[in-house]
Amino acid sequence: MKEDFLELRELVKIFGGDKNEVVAVDRVNLKVHEGEMVTLLGPSGCGKTTTLRMIAGFEHPTSGEIILEGERIKNVPPNKRPTTMVFQNYALFPHMTVYENISYGLKIHGRPEKEIKRRTEEVMRLVGLTGMERRSPTQLSGGQQQRVSLARSLVMEPKVLLLDEPLSNLDAKLRVATRMEIRKLQQRLGITSVYVTHDQEEAMTLSDRVVIMHEGRIQQVGTPREVYGKPANRFVADFIGKANFIKGKILRQTSDGETQVEVLGKTYNIKVERGAWSAGDEVVMVIRPESIVVGPGSLEAPTGKIRQSVYLGSQMVYEVEVGEYILSVEIANPGHERVFAEGEEVSLSFLERSLHVLPPEDK
Amino acid sequence: MRSLTRKSGEVIANLRLIWKEPLLFTSIIAIFYFLIVFVAYPVFGVIKTSLVVKGKLDFSNYLAVFSARYYFQPFLNSMFLGICTACIGTFIGFIFAFGLTRTTLPFKPFFRQTATFPIISPPFVVSLAAILLFGRAGSLTPYVKEVIGEYSIYGLGGLILVETIAYAPTAFLVLYGVLMAIDPALEEASMDLGASRVKVFGTVTLPLSFPGIASAWLLVFIQSLADFGNPMVISGNYRVLSVQAFLQITGMYDLARGSTLAILLLMPTAVAFFLQKYWVARKSYVTVTGKPTGATIKNVEWYIKLPVYSICILYTAGVFLFYGTIVYGSFQTLWGVNPTLTLKNYVQMFQVGKDYILDSLTLSSLATPISGVLGMFIAFLIIRKKFMGRGLMDFISMLTFAVPGTVVGIGYILAFNRPSPIFPIVLTGTAWIIILLLVFRNMPVGIQSGIAALHQIDPSIEEASTDLGADSNTTFRRITLPMIAPAFFSGLVYSFVKAMTAISAVIFVVSGRWNLITVAILGFVDNSQYAPAAAMSLLLIAIVLIALGIIQMIVNRIGRGTRITSIIG
Ligand SMILES: Nc1ncnc2c1ncn2[C@@H]1O[C@H](COP(=O)(O)OP(=O)(O)O)[C@@H](O)[C@H]1O
Ligand SMILES: [Mg+2]
Repeated sequence: MKEDFLELRELVKIFGGDKNEVVAVDRVNLKVHEGEMVTLLGPSGCGKTTTLRMIAGFEHPTSGEIILEGERIKNVPPNKRPTTMVFQNYALFPHMTVYENISYGLKIHGRPEKEIKRRTEEVMRLVGLTGMERRSPTQLSGGQQQRVSLARSLVMEPKVLLLDEPLSNLDAKLRVATRMEIRKLQQRLGITSVYVTHDQEEAMTLSDRVVIMHEGRIQQVGTPREVYGKPANRFVADFIGKANFIKGKILRQTSDGETQVEVLGKTYNIKVERGAWSAGDEVVMVIRPESIVVGPGSLEAPTGKIRQSVYLGSQMVYEVEVGEYILSVEIANPGHERVFAEGEEVSLSFLERSLHVLPPEDK
Repeated sequence: MRSLTRKSGEVIANLRLIWKEPLLFTSIIAIFYFLIVFVAYPVFGVIKTSLVVKGKLDFSNYLAVFSARYYFQPFLNSMFLGICTACIGTFIGFIFAFGLTRTTLPFKPFFRQTATFPIISPPFVVSLAAILLFGRAGSLTPYVKEVIGEYSIYGLGGLILVETIAYAPTAFLVLYGVLMAIDPALEEASMDLGASRVKVFGTVTLPLSFPGIASAWLLVFIQSLADFGNPMVISGNYRVLSVQAFLQITGMYDLARGSTLAILLLMPTAVAFFLQKYWVARKSYVTVTGKPTGATIKNVEWYIKLPVYSICILYTAGVFLFYGTIVYGSFQTLWGVNPTLTLKNYVQMFQVGKDYILDSLTLSSLATPISGVLGMFIAFLIIRKKFMGRGLMDFISMLTFAVPGTVVGIGYILAFNRPSPIFPIVLTGTAWIIILLLVFRNMPVGIQSGIAALHQIDPSIEEASTDLGADSNTTFRRITLPMIAPAFFSGLVYSFVKAMTAISAVIFVVSGRWNLITVAILGFVDNSQYAPAAAMSLLLIAIVLIALGIIQMIVNRIGRGTRITSIIG
């Protein structure tokens, strides 16, 4: 397995003229390993599609390089690149049958008729379309169209499979089922994939690694656990899941990274990268709602007042006012816990291991 | 500075991609050459002839025209006629479109068919009918005289009447599209917020269709100004530019004076065209490509229905009366004198006009597919490809819309009656000059329908094909072409109709060896042989209708999703 199977190096794409130029992709660096599923995740307009289209060859980078297996492919036209794309709206050829759609690429490449038939049938079986060969794409359901689109790309055995929000046109239930199928298929075939989505749940469940983008720039690259547990900045923390941001102060850091930090008048021991902070640093703590524990009483600091209390069955969700902050708190399995009503005084504590530190000025 | 280097970087990248697709690159070069030789160069020739005297830049032709009332009056006349026709034509077109989209008018398909019928007939057929009805021996002349006294159909009044009937359909088609495309939810919202029907119309419908109205007005204005056939037949002493330019050249052999008049004709049409394309069209609130829902609020109040229905019925009755008169007239022994029914007009028409009919059919059948394919290909390049000079290609190929036929015709004689460095073959007197003129005059229609069709095809469908390994040409052939086939065939119909009914430009390039049916009809009219002229006009309309039927059949076949690829080849 090669480490740098696909590499994006200082990739920039600027659209538009001199006055109204849009920097869609800004100095993106990324290495995708062979057989890996990498997801580009970010809010709408952050440059995901543009990045994907540069890999496919539909947009020419303003600057930077795209390197596939050590070869620079920036100037290779899209039809000569060993990549295939699953389009957001499927882009099925409406005047061809399902079979003709899927076998189109092989035919274009002039493969022998027997091979075309074998490979097309195989991939149709793989995605569960057997028996629909002669149907027109317009006679298929959304989910089936999506499979045709996937099959049409897979049959080419691409070096990199590109998927641009392939599930966004499906209803919620189908979306969950299909994303598991895509993931299984991808792992079984060991196919290197770049997947674009704005849905964080989709990204978390599908990917080996997630690339979080914002305003054309990569904010963080990491496994789903890393981006949730150790967000690189406030944007990532806020975008992935819910987060409370509370000011804190570093009290002491030992040489092995053991750090004491004061939050809301209480001292916590956490482990961070060595040398990242020094005593006296002002920091911002990222605290996930499920890492906060509320208890009765008002003796132990810090204390707060329940502003809102919502029962969700599997969860109890509170908004707690603590000094200048309104914190979100989520308690799992509320059936076994004491439930607090609006207006009640509570004491708060944080789970030490899930505290995460960010620099103060970060937005 | 940074953006400069970036731009040149992208240009180089573009060039490199073009070199990787040499076929595409050569096609672009070839198309540019043809556009320059057959569109730009002739127009340039007319401008040059009007401006250069004895090898020097000289405004004497223009000074002569502007100082002599005799030459300048036609300009004023043409403008006045254009404005009148545009106002009345747009008004009728709007009422018609409104009636069809916003009221409970019965027999809608019937009204729509009738309203668009004049488009497929040669425009001057309306003049011919006007003479039969209201001319010196007109069948309705005595009754009209009783009401308004002594009058003559030859002149401004007659011209406005016939051009309104001939060109109101253009306005109708534009406005029908616009009114269909306005989201009914907007009108419903307005009504929901308490607006009366009149208020809905005044505050939502009318403002939203205003760009469409301006567009329709300008298009009718251009058509009226460029009209040659109707004024030739019915203008009498009301002299207009297109006819005067023609007479200067064919009657006085004064190319310079004729060219100067042609340029005077070109200027207002060009201005109107660019206003329409770059200003009005840009202001448009509705995209005509949007899916029409048709579920609009229908106005049922009598004070709306009464005037709208009356105008729809009046115009429709007018169309029936005029074309009915042509049918009736074609069987008369001598119009207004001897009403015995006879077939001798048809016999005479065939004897005299056999060659004209054959020529027209041959030349149009050759020109139509060429202009259709070329138009589609240019539309494809303009919409889907990025290359240097794309804007210029768009501009030149649309130029013929702006240029009146008279200017093009004069341009073709100037450009191709002797070898030139840019095109070394003499074309005057050959079939080729007519074919090429028809191709490049009708191509914009093909481009337009191609562009409209391509806008409706999601580009990612073509990208999917490229992504799977097909190059530009394969993608065009296997994906794009089959999908735009219906639009392609409708473009063909239109090109064929235009080729068969063309007169203003081709009249300059016809010759003893190659002639056209429309020229023959004009010849009959000139000799006051109205009955054979009517018979021949009917034959022309019949040919066009048959061609329309055939192509409609093909489109229906395609529509059913049978293998289109095998039809396209
Ligand atoms: N062809 C284009 N021309 C101009 N701007 C574009 C074009 N394509 C995308 N953009 C702009 O680039 C930015 C990134 O777009 P995109 O990559 O589509 O975002 P995403 O897929 O993350 O939603 C947006 O601001 C968008 O408006
Ligand atoms: Mg996108």
